[in-house]
Amino acid sequence: MQIVWEYRQLLLGGVRITLIVTVLAAVVAVLMSFASGLARESRHRILRVPAIIYVELFRGTSLLAQLFWLFFVLPSFGIELPALACGVLAIGLCNGAYGSEIVRGALRSVPRGQREAAIALNYSPAQSFRLIVLPQAARVMAPLFGSLFIEILKASSLVSLITLPDLTFQAKNIILVHLNTTAVLSTVLVVYFVIALFISGGAQRIERALSRGVDHTAG
Amino acid sequence: MEFSFDLLWEILPQLLRATVVTIEATLAGFAISLIVGLVMVSGMRARQRWLRFLSRFAMEFLRATPLLVQVYFLFFVLPGFGITLSPFLTGVTALGLHYGAYAAEAYRAGLESVPRGQWEAAVSLNYSRLAAYRHIVLPQALPPIVPSLGNIAISMLKDTPILAAVTVTELMFVANEIGSERFQYTEPVTAAALIYLVLSLAAAPLINFIDRRLRPEETRA
Repeated sequence: MQIVWEYRQLLLGGVRITLIVTVLAAVVAVLMSFASGLARESRHRILRVPAIIYVELFRGTSLLAQLFWLFFVLPSFGIELPALACGVLAIGLCNGAYGSEIVRGALRSVPRGQREAAIALNYSPAQSFRLIVLPQAARVMAPLFGSLFIEILKASSLVSLITLPDLTFQAKNIILVHLNTTAVLSTVLVVYFVIALFISGGAQRIERALSRGVDHTAG
Repeated sequence: MEFSFDLLWEILPQLLRATVVTIEATLAGFAISLIVGLVMVSGMRARQRWLRFLSRFAMEFLRATPLLVQVYFLFFVLPGFGITLSPFLTGVTALGLHYGAYAAEAYRAGLESVPRGQWEAAVSLNYSRLAAYRHIVLPQALPPIVPSLGNIAISMLKDTPILAAVTVTELMFVANEIGSERFQYTEPVTAAALIYLVLSLAAAPLINFIDRRLRPEETRA
């Protein structure tokens, strides 16, 4: 374990990059999840079709292929993004396509009667969505977005392959110099695990906060 | 910047050969994950508390840590313990362990979907535990698991490029290699992405077909 202590600054710097990529990619993913999830439920074809293409395209191809495409191919079209932007965009867009299903499923889980009641009470569509549908759907979404954020955390390790010095990148560098690999890699695995525990703990707290006052006996 | 179809045509055989490796890795990894998942779910349902805890922990840990780091772990740490696997075997084992945890979760959900009364009926008919699993529980638990396992297989397919990090010559590795040799990434990387798209789009109907075949007659739509 001495080696881990010796390189603590390097590894902590890596954790910082990992967290930055995870948080930014999560923001992109949530925005894309809602945009595409809502668009796919829309009555208008102009909104539905692009959303379906987005989801199928990003779910059908490998994240690493998307990452390499942004990093290696996009520059030849004259668009040169920094590695961090490539990582955040690829991970955010790819997981946003998965999140799209979460948003759609959660919105559909709200019983029809709720919307009908809102109409009967003369709520505008926007009010009905914001005050009636969304709060109930959010309760369903919270744990699923928690899992998605853990997927994003894991995916953030791929940015090490496009030269971003995240936790995985630093671990790999230390390994290449030293022979003592077990301590470094075990530590890195545990660090990822602990970050994931924080994410799932946070998701649980949010779920509980959103469920306050809900009658569980009604099913 | 334009897309050169001549170059695409030239490198296509190389990419298709690599695609075979990708498919092999997916299938081998999937086979391992089915077994790993079975071991884990058995552990989670064991009578011994420590075994339940251990299986649960292994599952959570494997699911919460990146596959890439797990691949590095197997690749760099195992030789220190005298176990030297080829890059392909290392990668496939990592895939199998990582997704085995997901398979365990799918098995668990399937087993829990079988109503308690089915167990009680089996016990009252004097079925042994094994016979109850074989004749009563598994036939009901398996069909709902199939779509989840299908999703796991597709996720695995899309995670095989991670094996390139330990020099498995699968699709993404070869595409990248062609790119760096010719300073021309557009065609190989785009083609590789499209091949993944085609494979995963083709996998979906295949899984639906298996799913339909496994469903008992009366519940077929």
